[in-house]
Amino acid sequence: MLLELDDVRVHYGKVEALKGVSLTVEEGEIVSLIGANGAGKSTTLKTISGLRKVSSGHVRFAGEDIGHMPGHRRVERGICQAPEGRGIFPGMSVVENLEMGAYARRGSVRGDTEDDFDRVFQLFPALADRKSQTGGTLSGGEQQMLAIGRALMARPRLLLLDEPSMGLAPKLVSQIFEIITEINGQGTTILVVEQNAAQALARAHRAYVLETGRIVKSAPARSLLEDDDVRAAYLGGRIGT
Amino acid sequence: MLKLINFAHSEIFMIGTFAALFTMHGLGIDHAIGGFALVGALLLCALAAAAASGGAAVVLERVAYRPLRKRGASRLAALISAIGASFFLQEVFALRYGRDTLSFPRILSKTVLFHIGDGAVRTDKVLVVVAALVMMFVLDRFVAATRLGRGIRATAQDPETAVLMGVNIDRVVMLTFLLGGIMAGGGALMYGVLLEQTRFDVGFVLGIKAFTAAVLGGIGNLRGALVGGFALGLIEAYGSSVWGTQWKDVIAFVVLVVVLMFRPTGILGEALERARA
Ligand SMILES: Nc1ncnc2c1ncn2[C@@H]1O[C@H](COP(=O)(O)OP(=O)(O)O)[C@@H](O)[C@H]1O
Ligand SMILES: [Mg+2]
Repeated sequence: MLLELDDVRVHYGKVEALKGVSLTVEEGEIVSLIGANGAGKSTTLKTISGLRKVSSGHVRFAGEDIGHMPGHRRVERGICQAPEGRGIFPGMSVVENLEMGAYARRGSVRGDTEDDFDRVFQLFPALADRKSQTGGTLSGGEQQMLAIGRALMARPRLLLLDEPSMGLAPKLVSQIFEIITEINGQGTTILVVEQNAAQALARAHRAYVLETGRIVKSAPARSLLEDDDVRAAYLGGRIGT
Repeated sequence: MLKLINFAHSEIFMIGTFAALFTMHGLGIDHAIGGFALVGALLLCALAAAAASGGAAVVLERVAYRPLRKRGASRLAALISAIGASFFLQEVFALRYGRDTLSFPRILSKTVLFHIGDGAVRTDKVLVVVAALVMMFVLDRFVAATRLGRGIRATAQDPETAVLMGVNIDRVVMLTFLLGGIMAGGGALMYGVLLEQTRFDVGFVLGIKAFTAAVLGGIGNLRGALVGGFALGLIEAYGSSVWGTQWKDVIAFVVLVVVLMFRPTGILGEALERARA
């Protein structure tokens, strides 16, 4: 097991945002976490990355309890996130944003990141044409590509994606998910959070459904695509791929 | 840099002037020297001032800012904490070294090199301008091109995402304060060489002027602050020649108020916003 959340509770002041979430991600999987706006999806990813404190419960990564480890050290362990809203550094160029992705690879000498740049530009050719453009001037789709590419620069063992489809046209969404599948095929484990469930379920191995801070369903992703409740709640009653 | 103006920076600067002064006393300098002795003495003073100011800035961050940051306190709370720290440091120095102006020995002979119009160009001024430009250039390159510099900029632009990149925010903030302190120490020595005096409250008016320059140039923008500094200097110089030197500080305050009222993003603020949009 690469990642395990065990009865994790997280509070914002007195409000309990995660009410005992348990989930697992195996090495090599794509796992989807779907849920409506406000269900606690982002809070779950932030807790895994160390941006939110657990009130109780455990977060284990590669056999180690990381629940109280500072966020920057979790990145060194191999947990990288492309956050909700993309979190592009607006004043930095595309190349500088990508360099930030490799920030945690302290020991790396200069030339070391060349292969990683090649890989990112191969996955996202659109970024290769915009190397010196500042992050703030990119389109939404380009920013999402940059956010994913930046996370890859750290050579993560676990890639966390928070709503990669947000605000993108359907065609771009399929393109992004195709690339997510490709990255997984290259050996990176992925936990993807989505409100827009169709693609997330079609591409994942397993999925969890989160409702107001609780996991209410857990199943192979394909079977959730055919689940009546899930279809009614998250697929608008219709399956798209 | 960190969306946080260190309003106790003026006292960090003041500490630097005292460190420079005591180093000169310690070296037994009481007359102008030249050659290698001068270079060595200035370097020693710079080192002492930078160490004192840098150390003070780091301590200040620990006791006055970090506890608030950890609790997610507002910027107003940080401002009040800084003003408290300012008064504390001023009073400590006033009690220890008195409230009178202390004068620096003249470490280098101030000869006029040449004239531009009516203005005399003196050795000390040339030295200070060159040193200031070098410091600005080094700082600018440092922030633009080093790993730590990138960490500082990332933290300034988006602290949560910076953590997701593996930036140790506590360390970056501390090192930013250290860097700011070292720069203040350098500035303190220049001030000592140029104006040859200091006092427990020497930082106050300078702090206001630095703030005005920063606001003029657009807060959080290094090059803007440089341009703002020049602009303020020119406005002050021009104003003094029209209304008299005694109005110089008044002019600086008026500029501050006017800019805050009409262009709170600064002269270069708009270009910066566009670059960020
Ligand atoms: N910074 C915050 N302060 C207070 N409450 C928050 C904060 N962030 C999220 N919440 C609350 O926690 C719950 C879960 O939010 P979030 O994890 O962002 O949901 P999702 O990503 O599924 O839309 C929501 O009720 C939200 O209002
Ligand atoms: Mg969310």
